[in-house]
Amino acid sequence: MYQLRLWSTRHARGLETLYQAFERALVALDPVFSRIGYRRLERPVAAVERAVKGLFFDCKMCGECALSHTGMACSMNCPKTLRNGPCGGVRPGGFCEVKPAMRCVWVEAWEGSQRMRNGSEAIRAVRPAVDRRLEGTSSWLRVAREKAAS
Amino acid sequence: MIFTDEPAPGDPLPILPGHSSPGRFERVLRAGAFAVTAELSPPDSADPEDVYTRARFFDGRVDAINATDGSGANCHMSSVAVCALLTRIGYSPILQISCRDRNRIAIQGDILGAAAMGVANLLCLTGDGVQAGDHPQAKPVFDLDCMSLTEIARRLRDEGKFESGRPLTTRPKMFLGAVENPFAPPYDWRPLRLAKKVAAGAQFIQTQYCFDVPLLRQFMSRLDDLGLLDRVFVLVGVGPLPSAKTAQWLRHHVAGVHIPDAVVERLAGAAKPKAEGRKICVELIQEIRAIKGVAGVHMMAYRQEEAVAEVIDASGVLNGRIPWYPERHKMLLQEKVAP
Repeated sequence: MYQLRLWSTRHARGLETLYQAFERALVALDPVFSRIGYRRLERPVAAVERAVKGLFFDCKMCGECALSHTGMACSMNCPKTLRNGPCGGVRPGGFCEVKPAMRCVWVEAWEGSQRMRNGSEAIRAVRPAVDRRLEGTSSWLRVAREKAAS
Repeated sequence: MIFTDEPAPGDPLPILPGHSSPGRFERVLRAGAFAVTAELSPPDSADPEDVYTRARFFDGRVDAINATDGSGANCHMSSVAVCALLTRIGYSPILQISCRDRNRIAIQGDILGAAAMGVANLLCLTGDGVQAGDHPQAKPVFDLDCMSLTEIARRLRDEGKFESGRPLTTRPKMFLGAVENPFAPPYDWRPLRLAKKVAAGAQFIQTQYCFDVPLLRQFMSRLDDLGLLDRVFVLVGVGPLPSAKTAQWLRHHVAGVHIPDAVVERLAGAAKPKAEGRKICVELIQEIRAIKGVAGVHMMAYRQEEAVAEVIDASGVLNGRIPWYPERHKMLLQEKVAP
C-alpha cells in the first residue's frame, strides 16, 4: 500500500528500533527453528513475512532484505530495481522517471535513512548484485540462520 | 597529441605504472591535460561507414568517443560493435554499458569481448527505462544496477574473476567510469552516491548535461569536502541547444535534464538561436573549466555532431593541443619519413 509505505519511511527510526529487537528474538530462536527444521518453516514464515512487509513496505520478497540499509523504503519498488541509490532521471520534486505519479523510492530512502540511528551510515555502503535464487524466500529465516551461525 | 611510445593504430599503448588501461584517454587525464570526450550516436544501420562518418566530425578535438548503449531506450547499432569498429582504425572509444537490456552473463561476456577488441574504457550506467524509447513493449532487465556493474567490472580487471568467482585467464584492462547527475534530486545525496561509485571502482565520471553552473559548483565543492577530487576525474556534460523549442522538449521528455528558464529565454529571444546555443555552450565550458576538480568536458551534441569542433575551438580548452586521430597519425608518419 503506497500510503503506508510512505508512512514507514517517515517512521524509519521507530521501525529500525522495532526491527533490531525483532532480529535479536529471531536469532535467539535459532535453536527452536533448527529443531523444527528451517526447510519446514520456510513456506509458513515466508507467507507471514510477505503479508506483514507487503503491507508496510510493498515488499517484493527479494529474499535479501535491505530495509535497514535503505531508510525503510523497499528498493525493489524502483522500476529499475536499483539497490544503490537513485538513477539520474529523478523528476523535480523527487518523483520517479518511469512512474511520474510515484515518489522516487530512493528519495524516500534517503529521507528515511537520515531519521535512523544506523541507517544513515548503512545507506552509504555499496550493496552487491542480488542473488535472484533467493526471490520469494524468507529473509527473516535467513538472517536467523546466518547470524546465529556467525 | 602523439605519444613517444605510440603503437600502430588499433594496437594497445603500453600500460604505464599506476595506470589500469592501455588507452590514450587515461593517459591524457593522468597527464593532467583538460580532456574532451564526445558522444557518438550509433546509426540505425548495418554500415560501418556510418560510424566512421560520425566519428570524423570529432577529429582533432576529442580524446575519446562515447558509444552509447541504446540511449533513451531506443534501438541502434550496439555499443560493443561501434567500439570495435572505432578501435580498428585507432580511435579511443568509451564503451557504454547499460543494465536495462542484458543480464550479468551477457554483460560480463561483452566486457571481455570489448577488451579483446582493444576497447580500453568502460562507462557503467543503469540506463533509461524502456518506457522512454521506441520499444516500450520490451522487457526491462535491470539484473544489475550501475553500482554492482562497476564493482563486477573492477573485479574482472583487478581480481581476474567473474561475479561467480570463476577465474579468467586474461583480465580486461579497462579504465572504469560511471555517470552522475548533479542536477536531479535528491541533491544532498548525489555527492555521496558518487562516493559510492568511486568505492565500487569508478575512476572517471561523466555527468548529465550541465546548464546550471552554480548547482555544479556546489556539487564539486561537496566532492572536494569528501576528498574525492584526487580519486576520480570528473568530466562535465555539455551540449549546444539548437532552439528554445528543443530546450523545452529536452526538459519535458528526457529524464534528468535540468535547463534553467534563463537559458530557454535567451534562446527564445535570439535572432539566430542555433548560433546562440553554441555561444551559450562555449560560455558554459569556459565557466565549468574554471571550477576546481573539473578534469574535462563531455560533449553531447545530438544531431549536431558538426558543432563539436566549432564549440571546442571557440572555447579554447584544448590550449593548442591536438588529440590523436587517424589522418593526423598518417600525416605525422609522413613527416617523419620525409627528409
